Amino acid sequence: MNPVLTIPDFAPVLPEIILAAGALVLVLFGAIRGERSGEGMNIIALALLAVAFVAVLMLPSTRVETMSGSFVVDGFAKFMKALTLIASAGGVILSMDYMRREGIYRFEYPILIVLSTIGMMMVISANDLIALYLGLELLSLSSYVIAAFDRDNVRSTEAGLKYFVLGALSSGMLLYGASLVYGFTGNVSFPAIAGILQGQVGVGAIVGIVFVAAGIAFKISAVPFHMWTPDVYEGSPTPVTAFFAAAPKMAGMAMATRVFIDAFPNIVGQWQQIIVFISIASMALGSFAAIGQRNIKRLMAYSSIGNVGYALIGLATGTVEGVQGVVVYMAIYLAMTLGAFAVILSMRRGNVMYENVEDLSGLARTHPVLAFCLAMMMFSLAGIPPLAGFFAKFAVFNAAINANLVALAIIGVVTSVVGAYYYLRIVKVMYFDEPAAAYDAQPVGVKLVLGLSSIFVVLFGIVPAPLVAAAGAAARSLF
Amino acid sequence: MVIGLGHYLTVAAVLFTLGVFGIFINRKNVIVILMSVELILLAVNINMVAFSTHLGDIVGQVFALLILTVAAAEAAIGLAILVVFFRNRGSIAVEDINSMRG
Repeated sequence: MNPVLTIPDFAPVLPEIILAAGALVLVLFGAIRGERSGEGMNIIALALLAVAFVAVLMLPSTRVETMSGSFVVDGFAKFMKALTLIASAGGVILSMDYMRREGIYRFEYPILIVLSTIGMMMVISANDLIALYLGLELLSLSSYVIAAFDRDNVRSTEAGLKYFVLGALSSGMLLYGASLVYGFTGNVSFPAIAGILQGQVGVGAIVGIVFVAAGIAFKISAVPFHMWTPDVYEGSPTPVTAFFAAAPKMAGMAMATRVFIDAFPNIVGQWQQIIVFISIASMALGSFAAIGQRNIKRLMAYSSIGNVGYALIGLATGTVEGVQGVVVYMAIYLAMTLGAFAVILSMRRGNVMYENVEDLSGLARTHPVLAFCLAMMMFSLAGIPPLAGFFAKFAVFNAAINANLVALAIIGVVTSVVGAYYYLRIVKVMYFDEPAAAYDAQPVGVKLVLGLSSIFVVLFGIVPAPLVAAAGAAARSLF
Repeated sequence: MVIGLGHYLTVAAVLFTLGVFGIFINRKNVIVILMSVELILLAVNINMVAFSTHLGDIVGQVFALLILTVAAAEAAIGLAILVVFFRNRGSIAVEDINSMRG
């Protein structure tokens, strides 16, 4: 007799189960204690993320499928999940002091972060279109609410509304693509789709792939689907912006890599042009549009668009080396983003947060350490050796040249030279302009994040081998 | 006349296009945008069920049920965000969503 139901193996899903159960406990705790739940919730959420991080590290590095093949764990998933958890923890730590001082702390914030983290981890491990969609929606729906978290503020709610409308549109496009891919291959599982889509592919499946690519480009804010990014980043509360710039980008790039490498590996020629175009457009827009920005959060939004473009160079190659480049790039980008936002969160006098580039003037004289850290982040984002950002760009450009995409690499170098202008302008404002009044002392959490990311960015060049080797192992597990 | 897969796909494509244009051309009201989003998801569901029947494969219908569920959650969150926005701005006209420019 055939079994009607076999219990799936839960061990590979353990990190997600821990987070989901923990999130439910947090909701219950918050509902019972109400407004009195206090900031202990942040600590519990951080502990949950830490436990999930340990659980992720203990996962097997070989490829394991479970839940009827809809969920997969491999070295790549492990690595990207670890990055995502670090990014989410950064989002919680950076928010703690800010939320209290702005008077907008509510116990829902850590819960929503944990829920969206579950979504990200599901997206990273998704092995069929259904799991991909459900994970993506869990991530997106929590993000819309977090963007509008300062609910008495016009700009925050407007950011939430814009994010919602464009996010819903992008989910719709992704789904429409998924329905076409399903219809023309008869499968939703990535390995089965990969088996069917090879050689000459019909136009229906190609249209489906294009729509899926458009939906993914929306989520990682790649040009031409980037228009929500500057507004959402500017309007959201600053720690939320830091979270958006870090965590969903990790999951989004992992999702893009997983979909294109796992589901469409035999038709690289069909999707390569799309990725190359998106990559070039993102790099160009990220460099040129940021030049005129005065608001730092908006500037960081354009910077993140540009950085996604560089990471996509690695994906466009479709090779092991390229995917390794993507993984290295995202790890380094995470440190640079969290560090830069830690500095932005330090720009406070009394009850006022300052967000403009000129508010940094003379920071080198009032806060030399802070200015030095931000200068290191900016030099690193501009790709100047021996800082980490140089190695990130080197990894993807090198992969592109080895995959015969020399033009793409050259365009990347040119746009990063253009981008260096606005990064270095921030350094100039800090070191050569007349100082303004000093800012308040930094909160402990912000100091911690800034210290760790600065150490990583400065010292990565001395011992790059462990991260690069781990990224290489992660990339090989996909092929 | 037999109604085949092509007819369903055409209807779904028309609905999808209407939904996308409803979001981009609409200059009046955010509620219309929410309706357009639902229209897009509906188009996808028609596609899913049509393919599912055509292929004789149940997965597409399961997918459609999950899409319906998520669409309900999405509409609830969208309306909630719209309500807080209305409280702050006093308007839900698309042209009033403009406090950030750059």
